[in-house]
Amino acid sequence: MNYGRLALPVLALALAPLLPGIINRTKAVVAGRDGQPLLQLYYDLAKLVRKGGVYSRTTSWVFRAGPVVGLVSAVAVLTVLPLGGASAPVSFPGDLILMAYLLGLMRFFTVIAALDTGSAFEGMGASREVQFSALAEPVLLMALATIWLAGRNPASPVHGFLFSLSAMYSRLSLATWVRSGPALLMVAGSLLVVFLAENSRVPFDDPNTHLELTMIHEVMVLDHSGPDFAMILYGASLKLWALGALLAGLLVPVRTGNTWLDAGAVILGLFVLAVLTGVIESAMARLRLTRVPQLLVSAGFLSTFALALILWS
Amino acid sequence: MKLFTDAVIAILILTNLRLIASSRISACIYAVACQGVLLGMLPLLVGPHYLTVRACALSGATVILKGFFFPWLLLRALRSANVRREMEPLVGYTLSLMIGAVLLAAAMWFGRQLPLPVPDHSPMVLPLAMFTIMVGLFVIVSRRKALTQVLGYLVMENGIYAFGLAFALSEPLLVELGILLDAFMAVFVMGITIFHISREFDHMDTDRLSALRD
Repeated sequence: MNYGRLALPVLALALAPLLPGIINRTKAVVAGRDGQPLLQLYYDLAKLVRKGGVYSRTTSWVFRAGPVVGLVSAVAVLTVLPLGGASAPVSFPGDLILMAYLLGLMRFFTVIAALDTGSAFEGMGASREVQFSALAEPVLLMALATIWLAGRNPASPVHGFLFSLSAMYSRLSLATWVRSGPALLMVAGSLLVVFLAENSRVPFDDPNTHLELTMIHEVMVLDHSGPDFAMILYGASLKLWALGALLAGLLVPVRTGNTWLDAGAVILGLFVLAVLTGVIESAMARLRLTRVPQLLVSAGFLSTFALALILWS
Repeated sequence: MKLFTDAVIAILILTNLRLIASSRISACIYAVACQGVLLGMLPLLVGPHYLTVRACALSGATVILKGFFFPWLLLRALRSANVRREMEPLVGYTLSLMIGAVLLAAAMWFGRQLPLPVPDHSPMVLPLAMFTIMVGLFVIVSRRKALTQVLGYLVMENGIYAFGLAFALSEPLLVELGILLDAFMAVFVMGITIFHISREFDHMDTDRLSALRD
């Protein structure tokens, strides 16, 4: 294993809490406010870690395990996550499925920890989260399959090891964009929808709302406190980073061969993506809950169509 | 050039998606207008001779009629009929999208089965044509408002037009213009009919017309 590559997960661990800061700052600037400091989430995490946890007597070990498993899965995702041309420390055939299901495990434990509290509101949030992610997961896998197909060279035979995230993303160059630009653009659109839906951002869920009836992610973590809540917040920002990196790695086709340049370009892309998310959140209202599945199905249509378009030509 | 054609065809397919997923009738009309403009541009992109006088005339007439005149007529009918939304379609929007995906798959399969006599065209033109025709039919049977059904009719006609593009070389201009004129008359008459129906009955749900007696 190449130890230099360990820099990527370390960079992600250090920089991920910056993304929500950028999003909030963008929203504040668009609304004409000063807003929170960019490093607000770091302060919050430091504060929460020093506090003690409060546990209800009706909860069991599942409730305590939820945040830990969530954070560990998010960190595990980072080990297979490439940043554009910069390969991840670990890569093997099929690691994209591992990534999708590590995110699934994280969600599953958040959901059962929420159900473990026995609160009706948390059950509602859990039900919505599961419903929407059941629709978002096929979109993610379909989009990744399309990226793999777009990067493959029709002349050379297909090797199994190419079916890993790092190989997929390192083969995605400017030439790929010239060859199948429309399809990749549609994949980027569907990945953006997945990015917003999975991270509970605005058209799907409003992270600022404090009305339990309409919340999805926030309502599931209402009962967590102290270090547990810090783990949840940190895990959520890592998830934001991971899904954002999949999108930014696609949209920033900088493949110089130099790991640092490639990774730097994608990290810049991630920051731009955070600004874009802030602009979307300022410009759009949350969708009605009944409209959310429709948008997710449209994203699925988009990525399936992109796949068909690439298979066709 | 191929990239550009592919992009136009992809957008055309996405306008169909917009049509079956949107409940707002004005949004549907704009989607169909956008489809008309792009379809008008398609003869200049597809085929071996890009810029002949014939192709330009066909493209200009199509853009003006399908991109501007029909939408204008329908928007006027929409204003006078005083409806905004297709409230209760016979098939829901999420289900419509899934059916759209199935139709697209069917269109692509069908496109592969039909080898065309013209070799030098984009492989997506035929699936696009089949998909557009099927979406038009689907909209006609699955929506209640007369205006949306007219949109379905227009989209179906767009599909036939796209199908004709694949043969644009061997098809006389006169046939193409004749079809355009037919569509023009049909939309014109339908626009007037919608206006009369909505003035007589305060709504334009076509399925309630079957309960009429004299």
